[in-house]
Amino acid sequence: MIEKALSGSKGYWIWIFILLGVIATGSLFWLRQFNEGLVITGLSRDVSWGFYIAQFTFMVGVAASAVMVVLPYYLHNYKAFAKITILGEFLAIPAVIMCMTFIFVDMGQPFRIVNVFLHPSPNSMMFWDTVALSGYLMLNVLISRVTLDSERKSIPPPKWIKPFIIISIPWAVSIHTVTAFLYAGLSARPFWMTAVLAPRFLASAFSSGPALLILLVLLLKRVTKFDAGKEPVQKLAVIAAYAMSLNVFLIGMELFTVFYSNIPEHMTHFQYLFSGEGNLVPWMWTSVILAILTLSLIIPPATRRNEKILAVACVTLILSIWIDKGMGMIVAGFVPNPFGAIIDYAPTIPELMISLMVYALGALILTIMYKVALSVRESIA
Amino acid sequence: MGIDRRSFIKIAGLSALGVAAKSATDLIAGVDRPNEAVRTGKRLAMVIDLRKCKADDGCTDCIDACHSVHNVPDFRTPAGDVDKKVEVKWIWQDHFEHAFHEHEHEFLKEKIRHKSVLLLCNHCDNPPCVKVCPTQATWKREEDGIVMMDWHRCIGCRYCITACPYGSRSFNWSDPREVLKQTDPSFPTRSKGVVEKCTFCEERITRGQIPACVEVCKEGALVYGDLRDSDSTIRNLLRSNYSIRRKSGLGTQPEIYYIV
Repeated sequence: MIEKALSGSKGYWIWIFILLGVIATGSLFWLRQFNEGLVITGLSRDVSWGFYIAQFTFMVGVAASAVMVVLPYYLHNYKAFAKITILGEFLAIPAVIMCMTFIFVDMGQPFRIVNVFLHPSPNSMMFWDTVALSGYLMLNVLISRVTLDSERKSIPPPKWIKPFIIISIPWAVSIHTVTAFLYAGLSARPFWMTAVLAPRFLASAFSSGPALLILLVLLLKRVTKFDAGKEPVQKLAVIAAYAMSLNVFLIGMELFTVFYSNIPEHMTHFQYLFSGEGNLVPWMWTSVILAILTLSLIIPPATRRNEKILAVACVTLILSIWIDKGMGMIVAGFVPNPFGAIIDYAPTIPELMISLMVYALGALILTIMYKVALSVRESIA
Repeated sequence: MGIDRRSFIKIAGLSALGVAAKSATDLIAGVDRPNEAVRTGKRLAMVIDLRKCKADDGCTDCIDACHSVHNVPDFRTPAGDVDKKVEVKWIWQDHFEHAFHEHEHEFLKEKIRHKSVLLLCNHCDNPPCVKVCPTQATWKREEDGIVMMDWHRCIGCRYCITACPYGSRSFNWSDPREVLKQTDPSFPTRSKGVVEKCTFCEERITRGQIPACVEVCKEGALVYGDLRDSDSTIRNLLRSNYSIRRKSGLGTQPEIYYIV
């Protein structure tokens, strides 16, 4: 099936070569990081996780969100998602690969990463996250491969694949829950010490993921012959609207607990994010404004049903969550530090270029997989 | 092909289940249970008597001794100052108001507020860094409770730095060997990309010596010993003086005690 990725229009090949160019450029920066050490990033002894781990956290959400098409389609037999389910599953695969790559580039000794498997440590949430993410990757590769193969042969998917599809649903929830547990169980970091972190992660994932899928479906409609129709896009929009409302509600819960209790070590992190001189202050207020804008566009049916306005709302939604659950979430965990000092952080150019490399890698894998899936569809039709 | 794939999946699934079951029992049995071996063995700890410590007069003997015998790199900015961003430190000083910032208040005696306090790894009885390490590159030693490090196994994920409430762990953001002016051949140097910290001079303890910082302190401000031995100097000191520990409310059971 993969040979279908090797024949495409001029535009297709230009896009592929742009992505390969970005990957090549980013790789040079990564080689520099590999030689000189993580000193070329903006990270420090006080803020020891930053842009890479922020992107990792955001992408785990995108990966998990595949469940928002898989669940209605397979559990509730919701036929309108028939055409886009494979797109959701195929989105999860590069998303997980990107998560793993972001972890890889964050390591001080990247080639020792096999030690995680050689010395399995069930007391570490990082071990469980590795298990959850690799398992989820294998499940999605298996399921999408088998279902697409059946589609190509115009036969129903084999019965044995059904249990794997069912397992993939709670598994998707688990990857983001365990990712929240990476942060939420650390007594050293009061900002993350909240039971609402995993639910927040899920709500933000189930809004940003479907929003991204809407944008991809609308894009495919413009650049390919693929048209999913209006109904699945509208259904995804409703899912994104509910999940985003829930996300904002949960942030409100957090703010109430933190500020009504008046415990300084919980409040200082929010104060760093929203007031004062910190690098993130303008970003966080942007995130707030974008969230309000998103809700006012995506909740009223009149604006939601207009695909152009919906596309804008999806962009603002993704940006809002990308800021809040990425950099805001990770960096504020470290600032103020355990000594009460505010040591700021900003990513460097090499750090951004390496991250861009990972995004380009994900986009490349996604492009190839969507190309294969849509070519299979066209050959049947 | 279908049969092959199916049997492969079966085997893969069963082995994954096996690993999960073993891990789950380990998880339940191993973590947070009082360690019997340590209960019967030693529990090494340290008392820092801030009344005797001359850090405020500019004394850095313990820091110099420790950092020189352990080949601790001294990262500097181009201007020659200590590079706070990437600094590696095993034992260092900070003001009381930072080290004990939960004890800080508006009317605290000025002399105490700005007092320099020696800080190092607390060798917690319940170390959060050990719990989070995904490769067991850091662990609590059974026989004496020292929190150890394996610099050859560490993958540099910095999860331990994130989990430590005391800022006691340093990461080598670049190659430490490049900034070492002198190297003590009897102690390993580290590579870039690994975490390091105080190991309570376990290499000296093995040779029957006491920690370098304790040995070099002329004021006797650092006292080191076994908490399980009720006649030890350290136990006598704790019996006869009021002592505090950093962030004791977190349940980490830090084993560095301060007499203010």
